[in-house]
Amino acid sequence: MKYLRTGIQEIETADELQKIISENENVMVCCGRMGPMCIPVYEIMEELEEERPGVKFYSMAFDSPESGVIRNAPECRGFMGLPFTMYYKNGQVAKATTSIQDMSQITANLDQYLA
Amino acid sequence: MEKIYDVMIFGAGAAGLSAGIYASRGKLDTLILSEGVTGGQMVLTNEIANYPGVETVKGYELADSMKRQVKSFGCTLKTNVKIKEYRLSDEIKEVELGDGRVFRAKAAILAPGGRPRSLNIPGEKEFEGRGISYCATCDADFFKDKRLVVVGGGNSALEEAVTLTHFASHVTIVHQFDHFQAFAHAVEEAERNPKISFIMESELREYSGGETLEKVKIENLRTGEVSELETDGVFVFIGYIPNTEAFRDFVETNQNGEFVVDPLMKTSLPGIYAAGDCVAKRYRQVTTSVSDGTIAALSATEYIRTKN
Repeated sequence: MKYLRTGIQEIETADELQKIISENENVMVCCGRMGPMCIPVYEIMEELEEERPGVKFYSMAFDSPESGVIRNAPECRGFMGLPFTMYYKNGQVAKATTSIQDMSQITANLDQYLA
Repeated sequence: MEKIYDVMIFGAGAAGLSAGIYASRGKLDTLILSEGVTGGQMVLTNEIANYPGVETVKGYELADSMKRQVKSFGCTLKTNVKIKEYRLSDEIKEVELGDGRVFRAKAAILAPGGRPRSLNIPGEKEFEGRGISYCATCDADFFKDKRLVVVGGGNSALEEAVTLTHFASHVTIVHQFDHFQAFAHAVEEAERNPKISFIMESELREYSGGETLEKVKIENLRTGEVSELETDGVFVFIGYIPNTEAFRDFVETNQNGEFVVDPLMKTSLPGIYAAGDCVAKRYRQVTTSVSDGTIAALSATEYIRTKN
């Protein structure tokens, strides 16, 4: 079931997430809601999708039971701000961030962790 | 010869998008450049119930609708850009982006909006997203049965404090003055709420904790006494700062950093108009930003047509 209305593709299940990160070297997933801290991140990802073909960009609904795989990830321990944004390299979590991030923060993480 | 737009609009909130709609529908070649997200502070609002003609709408939905509308009239919209330099004093207005691209136009509308004010005290960066939040709608449910502090004394602070009591075990409002700026009904509702207590004439001085926020230092501004308060989270609602810093050297602003404009939204520079929350005015609503943007676009249209 889809919960989010964004321009990036929404992952609906934990199995789908696992398949995507195992089949793609670089994956960024923004796990959030349609709220003010999350929407800017989705919009930045939409813009980066064209510029960075080497990275796959996805959203995942924070309120879906399936996103427990992100909510309960050890890298997200202590996170108390939406969205939870995950950067996966070769199927592993390379970086996780909490709360809103701007374009420069996101591109810095992409350059550092998903180069 | 490089392209010269009729009008460049800086900002893609309610004012910038409204200006874009009127300018592009008026057949002006229009470019909107925004360093932030489409919708500006509209997307900070969960539900808008006072936009005429629309009973209720989510802030992001109204922003998305305006975005589609402005694009449908042929306006070029570029968001999340980094602007390196504004050169607005000459007849042709220029802007240079961080990536070296330069855009030119005959007139410009400044609608950069504002950003939430933060406390700028030790521990802030460390605990943002780990206890410090600026959005109750987004993060309230991380604080079920937890102790919270709300900083501020305006409508947002008091209304959000009441909302947060639906989640938190207790909310302490810390405010720098001995009275609130919020409307009376918001103050009364907060004062009636048994889960809310108040620390007046005080300011936060430091955030501290381990993996997440655990306590804050609070200074009593009357006595100078500093005390510690254990808390699981702090929500900060202390107003907005106009995003006018980049323009202050060449466009007149008041003591609050807001653009000074005439009733046609003209600034002190010819061919430069301003609209929205960055403008000196008493009331800041989506509707007032829409109005400002409309007037600025129509004034810019008249300016360009006079020049041609």
